[in-house]
Amino acid sequence: MYSLKSFGGKIWNWFFDRGFKHLIMLAILAFVLFPIAWIISASINPVGSLSAQRLIPENPTFQNYLLFFRGGAEQYDAPFLLWLWNSLKLSVLTGLLGTAMCALAAYAFSRFRFTGRRSGLLGLLLVQMFPQMLAMVAIYFLLLSIGDLAPWLGLNTHLGLLMVYLGGSLGFHTWLMKGFFDSIPHSIEESARVDGASHLQAFVRIILPLARPMLAVIFILTVITTYSDFILASILLQDTEQYTLAVGLQLFIFGSYNQRWGIFAAAALIGALPIVALFLSLQDQIVAGLTRGSVKG
Amino acid sequence: MKKINNGNLLGISIKILLLGVLDAVVIWASTTLFLQTEYGFAAALIVGASLINYIFLNDRTYPLRYMVPGMIFLFAFVIYPIGYTFYISFTNYGTGHILNKKQAIRNIESQYFQPEDPVSYSFNAYKSEEGDMRVILKSRESEETLLTDGETIEKVDLTGDRFVDEDGDGVVDKFGGFHLMNRSEIIQSLQQLQEWKPEVNGSSIRMSSLNRFDQRIPQYEYLKEKDAIRDRKTGELFRPVEGTFTSTTSNRTLDPGFKETVGLKNFNRIFTDPLITGPFFRVFTWTFIWALLSVLTTFALGLGIALVLNDDKLYLKPLYKGLLILPYAIPAFISALIWRGFFNTNVGIINTKLMQPLFGLSPGWFQDPMLAKVAVLIVNLWLGFPYMMIVCLGALQSIQPEFYEVAKVDGASPWQQFKKITMPLLMISIAPLLIGSFAFNFNNFNIIYLVTRGEPPIVGATTAGSTDILISYTYKLAFGGQGATQYGLAAAISIIIFLIIGTISAINFHYTGALEEMSENV
Repeated sequence: MYSLKSFGGKIWNWFFDRGFKHLIMLAILAFVLFPIAWIISASINPVGSLSAQRLIPENPTFQNYLLFFRGGAEQYDAPFLLWLWNSLKLSVLTGLLGTAMCALAAYAFSRFRFTGRRSGLLGLLLVQMFPQMLAMVAIYFLLLSIGDLAPWLGLNTHLGLLMVYLGGSLGFHTWLMKGFFDSIPHSIEESARVDGASHLQAFVRIILPLARPMLAVIFILTVITTYSDFILASILLQDTEQYTLAVGLQLFIFGSYNQRWGIFAAAALIGALPIVALFLSLQDQIVAGLTRGSVKG
Repeated sequence: MKKINNGNLLGISIKILLLGVLDAVVIWASTTLFLQTEYGFAAALIVGASLINYIFLNDRTYPLRYMVPGMIFLFAFVIYPIGYTFYISFTNYGTGHILNKKQAIRNIESQYFQPEDPVSYSFNAYKSEEGDMRVILKSRESEETLLTDGETIEKVDLTGDRFVDEDGDGVVDKFGGFHLMNRSEIIQSLQQLQEWKPEVNGSSIRMSSLNRFDQRIPQYEYLKEKDAIRDRKTGELFRPVEGTFTSTTSNRTLDPGFKETVGLKNFNRIFTDPLITGPFFRVFTWTFIWALLSVLTTFALGLGIALVLNDDKLYLKPLYKGLLILPYAIPAFISALIWRGFFNTNVGIINTKLMQPLFGLSPGWFQDPMLAKVAVLIVNLWLGFPYMMIVCLGALQSIQPEFYEVAKVDGASPWQQFKKITMPLLMISIAPLLIGSFAFNFNNFNIIYLVTRGEPPIVGATTAGSTDILISYTYKLAFGGQGATQYGLAAAISIIIFLIIGTISAINFHYTGALEEMSENV
């Protein structure tokens, strides 16, 4: 049996111990979640304009999502699905090819000793400090020149942009990968080499399967970075059908916020979904990587 | 070096085949480039291809083969562009200076003028069933008659059988499938006819009214030995000065200019041209303030939350953590575009649902320079604090609890514990990340450009806006589409950013000894 006074005292103590923490968390959650709540509500609000917003919409519908998949209402003529596809295509390809190139280079750095190895590794570290977008003017003219020679590889092509992304995707990831390879004992491939496998075979059949978790992390980080790129895509892509979601969505909404808010909200949520899902699926590894001070941001 | 066993014949054949294909493509491409006078580009291709051949045909370079794919892209799309940026920063590349010198001279030489006493022609136009046109020109001064299709021109004799004058009025009515056009037909085809500039004896003949063509002569000639352009009309001489043919006697210049290296002129302009210096330094200062405030605000909030969450017995801790990480998982371009809508002055929910009901205010977030800066900082805080929260949580967990126990025994207050134990220990691991975050926000293009576009404009500046940071300013100069495009200047600003980032990174490396540590691990 507790007396009323001591019960009150317990609440008081609990409050000082833990309760105020929950209050703080609630306040911060409000700040963090209100934009997400509003955008979800906007996406199911049949009144598409920004001025008609309310948190709990009347007569919620999914018409904005339908419009997304139908390429927007007739008057907008915005091929959202195509843009999403372009973004996904470019990020997944950059992720796959970038990870492959990264793993190959990292394997050489990890397993061979050769002249230029040390300077190569340090050079990689130095190069990746400078964001690729700083050279945007030069990259633009480079693709312009390439386009004179081979139009399918120049400005306004996905292949051209893919090459630019691949160039930017190496850097630190090679270091990350090399560190992982270093932790795999040499004896594992040595035995395969004794059995007559070439270096390349040992790498493909033995090392790569062991490195699967690290390959997945690098793949996903590359996909996220590429998907979120706005500046390079906006410089290098020129036609509506070529745009990525970042470029298309920006042109779609800028200057027309009030009228296009509803459909934009749906597009933003659908566009964020793949990346949020990827991020959350790999949250533990990304958090571990961030704590070591190595990735994104 | 180990002896590498290249193994089977098939592998070697495939290798040789692929190298052959590569070489063929490179030879084709470099020849084409060479013919287009892109010598540097052609040379780079040949050197690159030779290296690849060497690496794949030489046993000693076996390890390098693994790096070839990555290196190709790294060199072509990161290292080469960095070098090329330096080059562009020393040129006047931009609107009015896009062509190379040869192209500019060709362009100037194709500008014509009508001499005071031109050779003048009356004309009749003819059309075929297919819509092709011909014009017969009759000189007003001589008996000369010419036939032209707009490009070529030939002397003709109208008395020949080919030309039929049906009604005997002295005007040819038909010839070889073409029939005489009447006035209204001519007017319909006027635009096309006015574009005709057939050339005869170095001068060109153009339509000057509905019933006459006049001789025009090229106004300028390029004098190779003097490397100058002479104006035939006035006799003035124009010499190339920093990519513009400039008169030696007056201040007349000729359009178009051409691409030319101008030394440090772009950098000089940044520091001396009043139109650029003022806006540039405002952008420059704001870039630093922006990066600094971004780090401080996100770190303060992130650390605060981490301190609260650093309590394993806290009920719902995983849920809080999971929800708070969400802004970091959403692609920044999407969050930025959403927040731009929220801050809309008239209809955005920040004004309609928050500022209006609470304070009765409707501030113009993107119209007032100060408020625009606050807005981008708020957006960045929302996006950026989860990163700081994660790294702070990690760092807090690595602090030994014994430190606090000893401090408690000594009677230290929580504030003293925070100041004397938590912060110093935290900073060891977090400081390099804060510098890294500073460098990242220094170039945080997405937030600035997608939330405010750098606006509101700075009064008196053509391109720069109050919230522009250096990278968005560079982007607008080169690709913004407002006013003249200035690639040279944009590249020069890129170089300045390179230098700043390089310095920050050097400080970071020096501070943490990361480079030494890493080179030991190599």
